[in-house]
Amino acid sequence: MDLSFLAAAGAVLQDTYTVIPEDAAAHGPVNPWVALAYLVAGVFFILALRGLSSPATSRAGNRNGMIGMAIAVVTTLVTHDIANIVEIGIAILIGGIIGVTIARKIAMTAMPELVAGFHSLVGLAAVLVGWAAYLNPGAFGLLGGEGISAVSKVEMGLGIAIGAITFSGSVIAFLKLSGKMSGSPILLPARHVINLGVLAVIIVLAALFAMASGPDETLPLIVALSVLAFAIGFLLIIPIGGADMPVVVSMLNSYSGWAAAAMGFTLGNTAMIITGALVGSSGAILSYIMCRAMNRSFISVIAGGFGADDSGSGSGEPREQRPYKQGSAQDAAYMLEQAEKVIIIPGYGMAVAQAQHALREMADLLEERGVEVKYAIHPVAGRMPGHMNVLLAEASVEYDKVFELEDINSEFAQADVAFIIGANDVVNPAAKTDKSSPIYGMPVFDVDKAKQVFFIKRSMGGVGYAGVDNEVFYMDQTMMLLSDAKKMVEEIVKALD
Amino acid sequence: MDFIAILSIFVLACFVGYYVVWSVTPALHTPLMAVTNAISSVIIVGGLIAAAEAGSDVAKWLGLAAVVLASVNIFGGFAVTERMLAMYKKKDK
Repeated sequence: MDLSFLAAAGAVLQDTYTVIPEDAAAHGPVNPWVALAYLVAGVFFILALRGLSSPATSRAGNRNGMIGMAIAVVTTLVTHDIANIVEIGIAILIGGIIGVTIARKIAMTAMPELVAGFHSLVGLAAVLVGWAAYLNPGAFGLLGGEGISAVSKVEMGLGIAIGAITFSGSVIAFLKLSGKMSGSPILLPARHVINLGVLAVIIVLAALFAMASGPDETLPLIVALSVLAFAIGFLLIIPIGGADMPVVVSMLNSYSGWAAAAMGFTLGNTAMIITGALVGSSGAILSYIMCRAMNRSFISVIAGGFGADDSGSGSGEPREQRPYKQGSAQDAAYMLEQAEKVIIIPGYGMAVAQAQHALREMADLLEERGVEVKYAIHPVAGRMPGHMNVLLAEASVEYDKVFELEDINSEFAQADVAFIIGANDVVNPAAKTDKSSPIYGMPVFDVDKAKQVFFIKRSMGGVGYAGVDNEVFYMDQTMMLLSDAKKMVEEIVKALD
Repeated sequence: MDFIAILSIFVLACFVGYYVVWSVTPALHTPLMAVTNAISSVIIVGGLIAAAEAGSDVAKWLGLAAVVLASVNIFGGFAVTERMLAMYKKKDK
């Protein structure tokens, strides 16, 4: 790369830091075999994601991912000084043991917070690598005659900033998802002004950092940049409520990718750039799918506050008491047995109650009696994309019985029973009819077309996340089953036996 | 490497990512997040370089810390993805 345009900048860095071996400091041509190996690793990562197009090929895909990672790591180790190989080995071992232990022990219902936690680690690792590159540019071949080039510094600053935002944002998401922090939005006054102001300052700092020369000038800038980036990640996520978490987790997924890509630019590493681009687009697409499924714009989710007390029309007004029908497990069991076709709609409540195994048992008993059972999954059911699918898979529900919203919605008209367990907003017809409703326009299941609706709910008190009443409760064909989801399903199973 | 060459790879990879991810079945969106998380830890490469090269002690320790964090993600991410994918079964009748 041509570094001459920065000739004005002094070569102070080179003198300040300890002497760098000549060959490492030289910004010579990259060994083509090394570049090729990183490219191959990148291709394996593409194949890893490609495998996920169907459950049948998915495991081979995951293996491809592992091969790609092994190629990248081995290539790096054999082409660099391995003076510290013992320390590096220990570091990998420690991380590996922690990772595998967590992966084995984690409950499937805790997957959203696990993913958020893992994102925070990628973010922090990006910050550390960015700092290491700043402190020892020679090791990364970033040192020209005049110190680190401006382009490299922009990439470095961006990588550190995105990594820091990913880290602190994911930590907040983790705390909210695991219930260690309230899921309700925390709204600071003038938060939009604060956030935009901090973002603007970060951009200015990055520009100053790129133009500055010598550690005396660059060090305070990069410290300030890092600190502010950590702060903005925190500020961005605290106002976002629990049910918007699918978008947040996807968005942080995307950020972790962009952080890796920015580091890839800094280090001129194709494996990192390809992976970063893949992960970045993956998270962005998932965010888009989640927003579309809630009929909300990305901006409105990021602005936060949804589900807070000052928003939404339902929560503030006193609700009138309306008549509804309540049933018992025996009633439900009797009618389920008589049905020909049952569609089950699981939601976050099923995950909280850990009711997926009992539900599977119930479905098995019904199928033995010749009832057709299908599962209908809304894209935003649960706390992360695909959350319900994993839980049903864990309970050994075959994936060819599980359907997406648009594939099954027309079937409710032929269904004898719509069985709603732990879902609420995703079956609320107000989304189709009531223009003043906060969830208006969100695609929902047409459960009102089913002959009979069973609605498992803890009590009549809570009204879903959006804080709006649900007409489905009061329909003629609806029977409310008021109980803990798991307990109710277990009772139905008992009654069926 | 030449900035434009790197940029070309990046832009093309974004397009590849776009089409590949749209073809992922929604049922596997959670494993998708877990596996993307694992592969984005390829950032471990940066940590390894910092840890391996002489020049700055602070950079070496930062690199080692990055290697630990990224390893948690790599091993944890692939293992948990494997565990999830093993649960997806088809009707065997």
